Amino acid sequence: MTTSNQSEDVQSGIHIRDLNAGFGDNQVLKNISLDIPPQSVTAVIGPSGCGKSTMVRCLNRMHELVGSAWVNGSVKLGEDDIYGSNVDPVLLRRTVGMVFQKPNPFPHLSIRDNVLSGLKLTGRLVASKADEIVERALVDAALWDEVKDRLDDAGRGLSGGQQQRLCIARSLAVSPDVLLMDEPCSALDPIATAKIEDLIRQLKERYAIVIVTHNMQQAARASDMTAFLLMGELVEFTSTSRLFTQPDDQRTEDYITGKFG
Amino acid sequence: MSNQGRIDRYTDQGYATELLEIRERLLLMAGRVEHMIGEAIASIVNRDTERAELGVDLDRQVNQDELDLDALCLELLACRQPMASDLRFVVFTLKMVTDLERIADLAVNIMERAKDLNRKPALTEYIIIPRMGDLVREMVRNAIDAFIQKDIDLAFAVIEKDDEVDDLYRDLFRQVLNVMREDSKHVHRGIHVQSVAKFLERIGDHSTNLAEQAIFMIGGDDVRHEGKLGDIRSKGNPGDTEEITL
Amino acid sequence: MNAWASEQRSRTGERAFRSLCLFAVLVPLALLGALLFDVALDGLGRIDLDFLRNYPSRKAERAGLLPSLVGTVYLISLTALLAVPLGAGAAVYLEEYGGRTRLSKLVEVNIANLAGVPSVIYGLLGLGIFVRTCGMGRSLLAGACTLALLILPIIIIASREALRNVPKDLRDACYGLGATKWQTTRQVVLPLALPGILTGSILAVSRAIGETAPLIVVGASTYITFLPDGPMSPFSALPIQIFNWVSRPNEAFLENASAGIIVLLVTMLSINAAALVLRARLQARIG
Repeated sequence: MTTSNQSEDVQSGIHIRDLNAGFGDNQVLKNISLDIPPQSVTAVIGPSGCGKSTMVRCLNRMHELVGSAWVNGSVKLGEDDIYGSNVDPVLLRRTVGMVFQKPNPFPHLSIRDNVLSGLKLTGRLVASKADEIVERALVDAALWDEVKDRLDDAGRGLSGGQQQRLCIARSLAVSPDVLLMDEPCSALDPIATAKIEDLIRQLKERYAIVIVTHNMQQAARASDMTAFLLMGELVEFTSTSRLFTQPDDQRTEDYITGKFG
Repeated sequence: MSNQGRIDRYTDQGYATELLEIRERLLLMAGRVEHMIGEAIASIVNRDTERAELGVDLDRQVNQDELDLDALCLELLACRQPMASDLRFVVFTLKMVTDLERIADLAVNIMERAKDLNRKPALTEYIIIPRMGDLVREMVRNAIDAFIQKDIDLAFAVIEKDDEVDDLYRDLFRQVLNVMREDSKHVHRGIHVQSVAKFLERIGDHSTNLAEQAIFMIGGDDVRHEGKLGDIRSKGNPGDTEEITL
Repeated sequence: MNAWASEQRSRTGERAFRSLCLFAVLVPLALLGALLFDVALDGLGRIDLDFLRNYPSRKAERAGLLPSLVGTVYLISLTALLAVPLGAGAAVYLEEYGGRTRLSKLVEVNIANLAGVPSVIYGLLGLGIFVRTCGMGRSLLAGACTLALLILPIIIIASREALRNVPKDLRDACYGLGATKWQTTRQVVLPLALPGILTGSILAVSRAIGETAPLIVVGASTYITFLPDGPMSPFSALPIQIFNWVSRPNEAFLENASAGIIVLLVTMLSINAAALVLRARLQARIG
């Protein structure tokens, strides 16, 4: 499939400027500014609690779903600030997809219905297109061959890696421009992880992908650009090969060579 | 040195120990190679054939060092997936080991020549050769030190020293040429002496490699091969063609 | 090997504790068993088709359960119809939309309190509001409303629990796909919480079956010779009938009462069993 899934806006990537965010009195992100390029994979690494998940959740405005959460700054997808005054976060989330750490397919739905759930939930499913959508999404998520004969089986009967790919298919079925992945392989074994990393490599031709990971080797393997966050600050953001062979900042060097006590 | 402080900061002390072991082995190997150069020079200058014969054993040790270090580095790469400066350290250790081993071979070559030369009376008084020997020993030592201690200035100094070595080689070449022209009986020994000097000049080149690798490892720019391009650019004088590259 | 030898470790403490726990389980079971046995002894013989078909009578042998049985069935149905949607709806609001404000905490505490209020007080409430103020009189509707109020807190608490048990990451998945809260609740959360909500509701309803005091206060008839013909009709219920028979001096009526208790227990157990079956079916569908 070569049709571009990116609206023209997003061709220039995601531009984050002076992003601050936190929960109540606790500030988690401090003045983050970076430009995430389109059609590539950007990894976000850093020690626990550095704010990487928060940052990614600010990109689809899920951070603010928690009661005490606050955020200010600007995040532009292309030309438009997603924190603009007349932006509906619900509609935004239909263009910025998210895959979570623990695979979470809907247990009461079949594989088929899981893939379609994004459209069904939001009342946008055109019944005549359903089969086509299901097949395309599962093919794109590298799961079609494994499940094409049992689309009506329950979503929860799959292995961990398959479930995660099902969740990816579910996100792809709504045709987002950006795909956010919050530690997508943490709960998976090495083979499943490798399959998903390979999938990410294929997907990046059409989507801007941001992947949060605490596994540095995964960031090194799977991404084009890497951002290193430490205690809410962006310490370094550069090409992956440079960050892991010759980082500019001493703190980056210390983190990736394991000098953090 | 400050390196000790950094070693302590590794969260995984097992990994730190493995890095340390590679460093120690590298230093040991370099020390052995340096010693071999000294022995090689002594076997020439002091006409000491016994020392020349010990060279083979020393070389065997150095070869074993190469095998051991290669294995250690490979294992570290596989098991620890080192990053950034650690990665550069391991990769360049592997490269330096190759150069060190080549230097050791050249030292053995010198010792072979020593055995031949010592059977005959001395051709000239050896002045340039010991001088070259001292220089290249220092270069090897400094290059390794620069690598281990991340001293970029020291590394650059080594590269500059190579010019001196090349100059000395050229002087010796002219001298030997003159000596050989005086009397054809001198030719046999003259060629050996010139070979010894050439080997020393080669050791100097390998030491320059060591220094360049140190520079890249420390995080400077890739200065490898720059020297040669620079030479060609700056030394365009056609007159200096006594140098015959073998 | 001596370090692992079986005799090394003293097991007396463990055994004593186990025995104590076993005792704690057996005692109430034994008491319950004794109660059931006693009732069965007295009443089992009295149960026959006539007993179930007859109207109450001054003569013990001719007295039957029909109006009260039918009344109980109507009452429970109406109560369920009123309480379940209301309770589930309240739970959805509190759980999904209520947030963690001080107000919602207050509401939560008060609902828990309400669940513990003696049922006779609900009876008084029902008398005042439904029977008198709303003008329903001593009708089936008034009784059902009162019972509905009684079991509402239980349903709300059970439903909230069921809603809470739906994993948060499923809601996150919905929001991530760009669904609204309502779409999420209706299409994902509620279907998954349904087994829990239903189970809780059915158990609450089965408790209502046995409630006597509020029905007495609200005016259920103790002697009724016709079947209820509509929600506004006077009515009776099993517990009322049993209570009535127990208070008669005639020995024979005690037999009737025991028989009535058995019928009541059987009804209650059937409903509970139905709850378990339904839950198991729904659970299997969801995993």
